[in-house]
Amino acid sequence: MHDAGKVTIGLVIFLALVSAPFWYNLSSGRASYTPEVEYPKDAESCVRDSAYMAAHHMDLLDEWRDQVIRDGQRFEETPDGGRRECSLTNTCLGCHVSKEKFCDRCHLYMGVEPYCWECHIIPEEL
Amino acid sequence: MRILIPLLAVVVLIAIGTVGGGGARYLFFVVLPYAGLAIFVLGIVYRVIHWARSPVPFRIPTSCGQQKSLPWIRSNNQENPHNMLGVIWRMILEVLFFRSLFRNTTTEIRQGPPRVLHNPDKWLWASSLLFHWSLLIILVRHFKYFVEPVPNWIIGLQNLDGFFQIGLPVLLLTDIVVVGALSYLVLRRLWEAKLRYISLPADYFALFLLLGITGSGIYLRYFDKSDITLAKQLGTGLLSFAPVVPEGLGATFGVHLFLVSILLAYIPLSKLVHMAGVFMSPTRNMVNNNRWERHVNPWDYPVTVHTYEEYEDEFRDVMKAAELPVEKD
Repeated sequence: MHDAGKVTIGLVIFLALVSAPFWYNLSSGRASYTPEVEYPKDAESCVRDSAYMAAHHMDLLDEWRDQVIRDGQRFEETPDGGRRECSLTNTCLGCHVSKEKFCDRCHLYMGVEPYCWECHIIPEEL
Repeated sequence: MRILIPLLAVVVLIAIGTVGGGGARYLFFVVLPYAGLAIFVLGIVYRVIHWARSPVPFRIPTSCGQQKSLPWIRSNNQENPHNMLGVIWRMILEVLFFRSLFRNTTTEIRQGPPRVLHNPDKWLWASSLLFHWSLLIILVRHFKYFVEPVPNWIIGLQNLDGFFQIGLPVLLLTDIVVVGALSYLVLRRLWEAKLRYISLPADYFALFLLLGITGSGIYLRYFDKSDITLAKQLGTGLLSFAPVVPEGLGATFGVHLFLVSILLAYIPLSKLVHMAGVFMSPTRNMVNNNRWERHVNPWDYPVTVHTYEEYEDEFRDVMKAAELPVEKD
């Protein structure tokens, strides 16, 4: 091999970059961590089923936001004929009392910083 | 055919990914990604060592800069580097900003009184730069699926990428740019007859594969959403060599992961290995010091020569008979 020194340095950098996530997880020791969210104890059901909410809650919030802000429709009908307020602060956080123990668990895990809280207050912090 | 075959190949791969993501989970979510990663790492190492075994004894000066000679002639250390610093600077610009490609020109024959015109063509440079940088940012963004806790700078990069906060989940600019640039790179091959003529199936396959990956990724993020914490469990599991296959990741995710595994394996086997090859370009990575340093050709071996004297000794009689002049009688 010609220029063995330089080529080896290059290959070492390449291998270090490729294996970086492995070393990072090894040093943090949190590779097997899975977020556990705290569900409300006294609520019977969510506004949608939980599989839908896990994947699509942002769609619903987006829909609600447009509906409330643009059309002024603050309420939606529930399957049993009642009325529900389309509100993050009142409806969602009404049951899921703690943002830190519910929203943040997954958001921190996934490195997501939703901008909900740039406008919305966090009731538990009041 | 040269376009249809690679297109069909990618369609078939997508179909396999769809089936595999639903059915053979362990194979498609663990075995194939590992195989792809192994081929990628070992393949790159193998090819780099293979290249490094070829001697490049002489420096290849490029003619676009004044070489260092007499002290009162100003030399261009960037285009024609005479020390390591110049080489490093040239390599940085080459690797990060594709400086050679910036010199790209088009040649056309002007109608009317025919004249050959060489025009600068920055489109290829611009779209490649946009594509490569977007892909790098996308790759770095994906680190969040493999490491826990997510480093702040990755979150920062992601927030910068979604700067305009369009929609929910926010639109990431690199998603738009990468598809736009890739589409341009496909269309330029289809549009111009000369390029279409020299384009090979492998050229199209790489582009279609990358479009498949970015397309399925975009589809996963904005349309066919799933619980992404599951994807992260798979990712961290894979890269800490303790794979877990969570339930609930669908067919689209299978397509995305399968195509990425294929891409990883395909890189060292194809022209995409230029990601390693660019560092090994002899016209870019060598100090041009031919004039003041002796570079000995490593394959110089003793050559058996047949001198004129020996030749004359051998053929003197014949030469004399043919009345050819000889040096010795």
